[in-house]
Amino acid sequence: MRLALGALAALAAVTIGAAGAHAGPDEDKLVVDGVEIATEAPAPEGHPLDKLYSGWRFRTDETQALQMDDFENPAMVAVEYGIELWGKPAGASGKSCADCHGDVSELAGLRAVMPKWSEAAGRPLTMEQWINWSIETHQEAEPWKWESQEMLGMTALIGLQSRGMPVAPDMSGGMAEWQERGKEIYYTRMGQLDFACATCHEANTGYMLRADHLSQGQSNGFPTYRLKWQNIGSLHRRLEGCVKDARAEPWKPGSDEFVALEAYLATRGAGLMIETPSVRQ
Amino acid sequence: MRARLTAIAIIGAAAAANASEIAPLAVSFTDGAVAESLTGVAGDPAEGRKAVFTRSMGNCLACHQNSEMEEQPFHGEIGPPLDGVADRWTVEELRGIIVNAKMMFEGTAMPAFYRDPSEAIRIGAQYEGKTILTAQQVEDVVAYLATLKE
Ligand code: HEC
Ligand code: HEC
Repeated sequence: MRLALGALAALAAVTIGAAGAHAGPDEDKLVVDGVEIATEAPAPEGHPLDKLYSGWRFRTDETQALQMDDFENPAMVAVEYGIELWGKPAGASGKSCADCHGDVSELAGLRAVMPKWSEAAGRPLTMEQWINWSIETHQEAEPWKWESQEMLGMTALIGLQSRGMPVAPDMSGGMAEWQERGKEIYYTRMGQLDFACATCHEANTGYMLRADHLSQGQSNGFPTYRLKWQNIGSLHRRLEGCVKDARAEPWKPGSDEFVALEAYLATRGAGLMIETPSVRQ
Repeated sequence: MRARLTAIAIIGAAAAANASEIAPLAVSFTDGAVAESLTGVAGDPAEGRKAVFTRSMGNCLACHQNSEMEEQPFHGEIGPPLDGVADRWTVEELRGIIVNAKMMFEGTAMPAFYRDPSEAIRIGAQYEGKTILTAQQVEDVVAYLATLKE
């Protein structure tokens, strides 16, 4: 009888949520300067969700509009700064990024395959870590802090080159282990509130959690300008916030745990288009 | 814990209750219900009501709609509405659901509000050693829920 009631309550939860004004993604189309960027994709084989949706589809019209016009997108200030840094010589080498890479558009496609395996390091590196590796070994300059305006400007600029390209991480070889570790974290219920990532972003995606409309927690838009932060921020900063929402002790940005989670999130969002730099509430 | 209460007589009662409080690990469940009061002190529905909507307390509105507190903005939709819960559940069952809803609903998203903190994985530093609600707050919330009849 208890079980039957529990099942009934669960059913009720589903029905009520579905009937709610905010349930599910909306039907809007993301068009940036006349070019449509798909915000949904079929779920890859064996994916726990039926269909993939960008977090953009769960935001209000006002927030959505900010991402539909590059002049309105507040993250573009960071991109401008990235352009400045791209051409600026630094370190003992006296070289700029442009001296080695040419135009930044040469890096189109890179954001879509992050995090990417490094043979030299014997591990996956995120965009931030690739940038710092290049700064240290090629420019022979001081690495940037994870959440510095320099790093955010550069990750936004390089990410923008892949806008509209599908997320396509390569999980072969040594990557598989990192992806697996990320998946394990994703499904671990943690903190005083005992929530896993999946509690909010898989089991309850589309529903309201108090004032928040829960998305699938996809990573395709990062770095993201968040209205709450009044700044652009990294994926790892967002993850830190989500872990704290469970009243759990967060890992540090750049930690192996967050890199593993980033690898797993990329596989959960494979096929969605890169939206960098996106705008969220 | 109950420092907010000013009347000396009530502070006395609360202190006495603390002494006989049932610790999280000692709570006994029968079919998901908890028969015995955690404190022996009757819950205060007004305090319970506050705990239900206050974000730093129960924050039940994160997941539940509740018509009785329409003045509060933002009701979540993850769990069923709280309207009429007292018609569906006994006080003992409601207590069990608040203490640890997983005993009633296997695998539920609903947090256990009076679970031993040592059972949490990676609990945040500022929450170490703490349950989400105190024993008396659980009794207060149960007393409030018992008023939700349709
Ligand atoms: C208590 C609920 C909760 C938990 C647990 C949680 N999140 Fe979130 N997360 C949110 C909310 C609320 C937002 C902002 C609205 C949205 O996009 O869902 C968000 C946003 C995100 C975003 C940004 C999505 C976008 O489109 O910009 C990512 C990525 C994310 N979460 C990943 C995770 C991961 C990984 C975990 C586990 C480590 C996690 N979340 C745990 C509530 C949660
Ligand atoms: C993170 C989400 C969440 C939070 C926070 C939460 N609940 Fe729940 N609650 C649920 C879900 C989901 C169910 C349905 C049970 C199931 O999973 O089958 C439920 C079920 C219930 C029920 C049984 C309802 C019925 O009609 O059968 C009661 C009573 C209840 N919750 C009260 C509370 C109270 C009081 C609080 C705060 C002290 C609270 N809940 C906080 C998610 C939540």
